[in-house]
Amino acid sequence: MADAGRHPNIRILSNSEVVEIEGEPGNYTVTILRWPRYVDESKCTGCRTCETFCPEVMPNPFDEYLGTTKAIGVWCPQAVPAKAYIERERCVYFLGQCTICEAVCKNKAIDFKQKRVRGKVRVGAIIIATGYEVFKPEGWTYGYGVFENVFTSLEYERILSASGPTQGEILRRSDRKIPHRIAWIQCVGSRDLRNGKSYCSAICCGYAIKQAIVTKSHHPDMETVIFHNDIRTFGKGLEDLYERAKRMGVRFIRGRLPLIKENPENHNLILTYLSDGKLRQEEFEMVILSVGVLPQRTNRKMSELFGLELNHHGFFEVSPFYPLKDGKRGIFVSGNTIAPMDIPDTICSTSAVAAQVAELLAPARGSLAVKKEYPPERPVGDEEPRIGVFVCHCGSNIADIVDVKEVVQYVKNLKGVVYAEDQVVSCSNEGLTRITQLIKERGLNRVVVAACTPRTHEPVFREALKEAGLNPYLLEMINIREHCSWVHPLEKEEATQKAKELLRMAIWRARELEPLQEPFFGVTKSALVLGGGLAGMVAALSLARQGFEVYLVEKEKELGGNLREIHFTLEGEEVGPFLKRLINEVESEERIKVFKGYRLSSLSGYVGNFLSTIESSEGKKIELSHGVVIIATGGKPLTPSEYEYGKSERILTQRELEGKIVRGELPEKLKTVVMIQCVQARDENRPYCSRICCGQAIKNSLKLKEKFPQVRIIVLYRDMRTYGFIEDLYREARVKGVLFIRYDLERKPQVELKDDKVKVKVWEPVLKREIEVEADLLVLSVPVDSRGNLELSQQLGLSLSSDGFFMEAHIKLRPVDFTVDGFFLCGMAHYPKFIPETIAQAKSAALRAALILSQDQLKGSGVVCEVREDRCMGCGACVEVCSYRALQLVEVRKDLKKAQCNPVLCRGDGLCSSVCPTGAIRLKHFTEEQILSEIDGLMEEGLGS
Amino acid sequence: MAQVDTPVGAVLVIGGGIGGIQAALDLGSLGFRVYLVERAPQIGGKMAQLDKTFPTLDCSI
Repeated sequence: MADAGRHPNIRILSNSEVVEIEGEPGNYTVTILRWPRYVDESKCTGCRTCETFCPEVMPNPFDEYLGTTKAIGVWCPQAVPAKAYIERERCVYFLGQCTICEAVCKNKAIDFKQKRVRGKVRVGAIIIATGYEVFKPEGWTYGYGVFENVFTSLEYERILSASGPTQGEILRRSDRKIPHRIAWIQCVGSRDLRNGKSYCSAICCGYAIKQAIVTKSHHPDMETVIFHNDIRTFGKGLEDLYERAKRMGVRFIRGRLPLIKENPENHNLILTYLSDGKLRQEEFEMVILSVGVLPQRTNRKMSELFGLELNHHGFFEVSPFYPLKDGKRGIFVSGNTIAPMDIPDTICSTSAVAAQVAELLAPARGSLAVKKEYPPERPVGDEEPRIGVFVCHCGSNIADIVDVKEVVQYVKNLKGVVYAEDQVVSCSNEGLTRITQLIKERGLNRVVVAACTPRTHEPVFREALKEAGLNPYLLEMINIREHCSWVHPLEKEEATQKAKELLRMAIWRARELEPLQEPFFGVTKSALVLGGGLAGMVAALSLARQGFEVYLVEKEKELGGNLREIHFTLEGEEVGPFLKRLINEVESEERIKVFKGYRLSSLSGYVGNFLSTIESSEGKKIELSHGVVIIATGGKPLTPSEYEYGKSERILTQRELEGKIVRGELPEKLKTVVMIQCVQARDENRPYCSRICCGQAIKNSLKLKEKFPQVRIIVLYRDMRTYGFIEDLYREARVKGVLFIRYDLERKPQVELKDDKVKVKVWEPVLKREIEVEADLLVLSVPVDSRGNLELSQQLGLSLSSDGFFMEAHIKLRPVDFTVDGFFLCGMAHYPKFIPETIAQAKSAALRAALILSQDQLKGSGVVCEVREDRCMGCGACVEVCSYRALQLVEVRKDLKKAQCNPVLCRGDGLCSSVCPTGAIRLKHFTEEQILSEIDGLMEEGLGS
Repeated sequence: MAQVDTPVGAVLVIGGGIGGIQAALDLGSLGFRVYLVERAPQIGGKMAQLDKTFPTLDCSI
């Protein structure tokens, strides 16, 4: 969020909506309506003094109306833009006469005369990423809005949040007491034809389990129960969390939609539910409704404005092969505007759309980019430290508690300080300009800023140094808002004293700061894509269309991978023609060089500068140099070793069944087909859920029903994980007579093979007895086997997650990056996924790779480690602990190895310098001298003196 | 409608939630000018409201 707010190429238009569009692809003129904020954004610093003084309290929309804000305010501490906003409907100025905020605003940012503005922007493409609405259960069966202690899951998120209405304390609405028993009710507004939507919202099982775990970690003795229909933890890492929740004591009760009543005496909630054929009752002190995803209410208007279709649920209609809408027109839809999806899928989806925009507008890339020029850097060399200190009031945030004037007087006398002043708001344009000006006028060569958090503001102040021609690493910033005024609001003197001491430390440290250079490296503008299946081909095409050379390496003699054995999609569309067209596009694209029958034999180098050797099965070797690597090596379905597989023609996998259906190899008189889900999956040996098998079983069941209407199909399952719109197909299968019987891991189905007859025995939980079926065909739903990833991961030194798939940099926020720069990930090498998901992720990987390839030079950080070769004894301890592969042992002379750091890869985490037994590694900006000096600064006048 | 010869190197992103922010950052960093349009007074959407995200239980954006 803060990155977007600071990015020179991004302009945020808040309080705005799109009202008109004209023009043609590549050149649209869009009219945007901007509603007044009544606050001048260029003047407001987000200090929130206005909010403190505003007399009008109102419910805070950010806290789902549970907490309060004021008629003028910033709704949450991390808001971007961090600018105050006046809610006109509640503001006393508009209702009467009040102008308090105008009087207290030191920057004169309040502007009651602001009008609605209509503006036009010219753009080449448009992305619709308007997300979803949350289901509102008002006036409905769960007592929401009637029973005080019933909350929606989004309200509960705010309750759990430390910055929320209860500061993270779980409190009932009725008596403000901590509850001891909380229940979650799943599928509120989802999978429900009568009261909500027919589809599955895909995210609720995951978030309910998260909330239960977080609740348990706040209060280990709290009883937590999740009422569900199936637990659908199909996403990467989620099954593991489901198991963790069970271990922590979260109870999971399968039972459809419990009835809810309130005990009028204590406002507890009494839930009545059916479990194991018996009607049961339990009392809870709080109930959370896991509300589903609704299409955004603006979808209809958007669809009319942009001429796009909506599906019958109200989401934007897309094709499984082109999941992001037609790129030719330059208008794209993404994320939850297409279907309910979780955070990583949303990120893949929107990055993928960005990739398509980048393909479409490739010739114009950089034409409107903002380039910032700085004055040349002034060498500070051997100059004595000349420190300038700036102490920020932060409006009244700091100055009301900390005596900033006194602090300034105090630091003026410290060694090295040649200038000090207090500023009302240091981060305002005025404040920053003044810092820049004073650096020049006073010849400052170190700057100390005492203000808010460096996490958001250090880049801002470093910028001020650069503008003055001073190296940005000569800044030291301390936080006297969070660390002083906010945590010690009642102890003004002590807070002031603490601010002085923190400043003294900062000044001592600043004396030792040295200018650091950020390393630059060239980039080879080509990509190596490993794997020529769907993911690899899509990624290669996207990169080529963005203007980069691609080497596509496939170990088989043909392109296509798994897709060659998939014949139709979930929606029933044929895969063959699509695959043929895709292969054709790849092979005729002049920027892609395809190597079929080749494997990677070695790879060296680092981001921007890799050198690889690939080798054909005949032993022919080719060397390739490239700037990035995309891992798209896919995954094969497991060959099962259970349920008599391999011993009869009648026992086959889902994929084999699909092939037989398409080739017409099934007997006309097919009577009974039994499918078993989760074969050798979600068990001790292979704990992950393979995500796609439930969908496959439904797909094949429907196809069978279409070809053989008389066939009896029985699906033995543990949880049907038909998320999103696949739920509709699951319902269709049930309507068409497919029978679903649930089994538990403790009572798995038994298969007997005698005289080529297949007998399946299974415990039927509703009838409570074992039933026996003779199956003409037994179809096994097997997971994608992750074991194939091991060799490549070892070869490239990339990590695998505990389930054996390649591990991304961040499972939620960076789903296609690796922690090692220059490597990207997509397709089944990451996790099992369906065709549209694979396409989105592959394009997403291409986009992330293009971010490197589009640069002429890569810039590293100045905060990197440095190996002092004379002290290094080549033990390699540092190499072991570095997660970024920045350190390597290099032979400097015969039989003499020394560690060397690649500053482009180094992240400055300092692990290496702490394990180095000889102190040979020095982490710049956090050197021993700097840290010791800081400590000396603290000890100088004694603790607390 | 034919594609114009030289397209405009700018993009309109409608919606300032996690999806819109990701697209804006990606395209902005690639060298396109981005206009990020958000209905609310602040960006962040629903993800900004979340306490923690799963399964790493990290803080939100």
